[in-house]
Amino acid sequence: MYFGKLKEAKGVVHINESWCKGCGFCVNYCPTKVLVLSKDYNAKGYHPPQVQDAELCRDCKFCELICPEFAIYVSPAPSDGDEDKETHGA
Amino acid sequence: MNVNANANFAQDNPMSQFLRMERMPHIWCPGCGIGTVVTAFAEAVKKSGLDLDKIAIVSGIGCTGRTAGYVKLDSFHSTHGRAIPLATGLKLANPEMKVVVFSGDGDLTSIGGNHFIHAARRNMDITVVCVNNFTYGMTGGQMTPTTPHTANASTTPYGNYEYPFSLPFLADACGATYIARWTSLHARQISGSIKEALNHKGFSFVEVIAPCTTLYQRRNRLGDGLDALEYYQNDAEIAHGLDTRQVDIDYQGKIKVGKFVEKQKPTYLDNVNQHYAQVIGDEYELYGKTTPEKEAEAKAKAESAAKGAV
Repeated sequence: MYFGKLKEAKGVVHINESWCKGCGFCVNYCPTKVLVLSKDYNAKGYHPPQVQDAELCRDCKFCELICPEFAIYVSPAPSDGDEDKETHGA
Repeated sequence: MNVNANANFAQDNPMSQFLRMERMPHIWCPGCGIGTVVTAFAEAVKKSGLDLDKIAIVSGIGCTGRTAGYVKLDSFHSTHGRAIPLATGLKLANPEMKVVVFSGDGDLTSIGGNHFIHAARRNMDITVVCVNNFTYGMTGGQMTPTTPHTANASTTPYGNYEYPFSLPFLADACGATYIARWTSLHARQISGSIKEALNHKGFSFVEVIAPCTTLYQRRNRLGDGLDALEYYQNDAEIAHGLDTRQVDIDYQGKIKVGKFVEKQKPTYLDNVNQHYAQVIGDEYELYGKTTPEKEAEAKAKAESAAKGAV
């Protein structure tokens, strides 16, 4: 797809594994399927999510909104720098 | 790219200015929908740009009642069912405050049922967010006035033989001026509705259908939180402006969601002021003046009197 000078928004996912209760909401409802449930356990015995493909994250913040534990948030990825900042996808 | 196990997670989290991060993790069960509603509320407050010192949260008892303990705003954890009377008092004492009631279905419509209908009747200028999970979660899964017909609860082990309240219809019949309903899957829509409700003048009511995985889902063998969200995804129908007589929920039936009512009506305080200004006349001191305002007025009066004497 061609969006002129606009770039796709990119996000970085931050997960607090110790607060997670493994409900799977973020994994199931991520529109670009960035997350997957980890095979590891956290201290409570739940499987926290882990990022399977960080490149797919579009910074929509739906995981942040749907997470009942406040244990995940997304921050905008730092831009490459050589691009015009105003054209960075909102 | 991915930053896992961030040591400063609680401080860096964008929710940290709205939530008491030192109290996390919270007590709600895995898959419970209340946390989503709290996040949506924080998002709504952020978007509305309101002064955080001018918002107060009141909640009663129950799982949803715990919300008051987790938000970093002025918050009151009141007695069972009495969140609305406390909120009414707050609003009347300081009309500049935005008062928000966070309450569960049992707390709000069973124990506090009378308070709910009368606050709606008076069009008290408060926002009520009801997290409806169809059961009393904290006390052990008893039937509430919103438990769907035939659903299993610990007090109705052979199925519920009563018919439930339809909360938007109840609120509409009592005179509420803003009514919306969403499920906990509609996180962005809840956030938008709460933002509208905060800015709405009058009694605004937002109902959120949320899963109770430990009691309602388990007793009815409906699976976990994800199964509940899948049910919401498949069976929730957005119908803005639908007549509230058509929005009742059958057991695992279709859920009508959306903004059903938005209208303008004089609020309780408007009516009090208007009525007394009419009946008593000029001598009536407008109700709702804060103490600093009264002091400033008295000071100005004294100064003008002193000037007159000179």
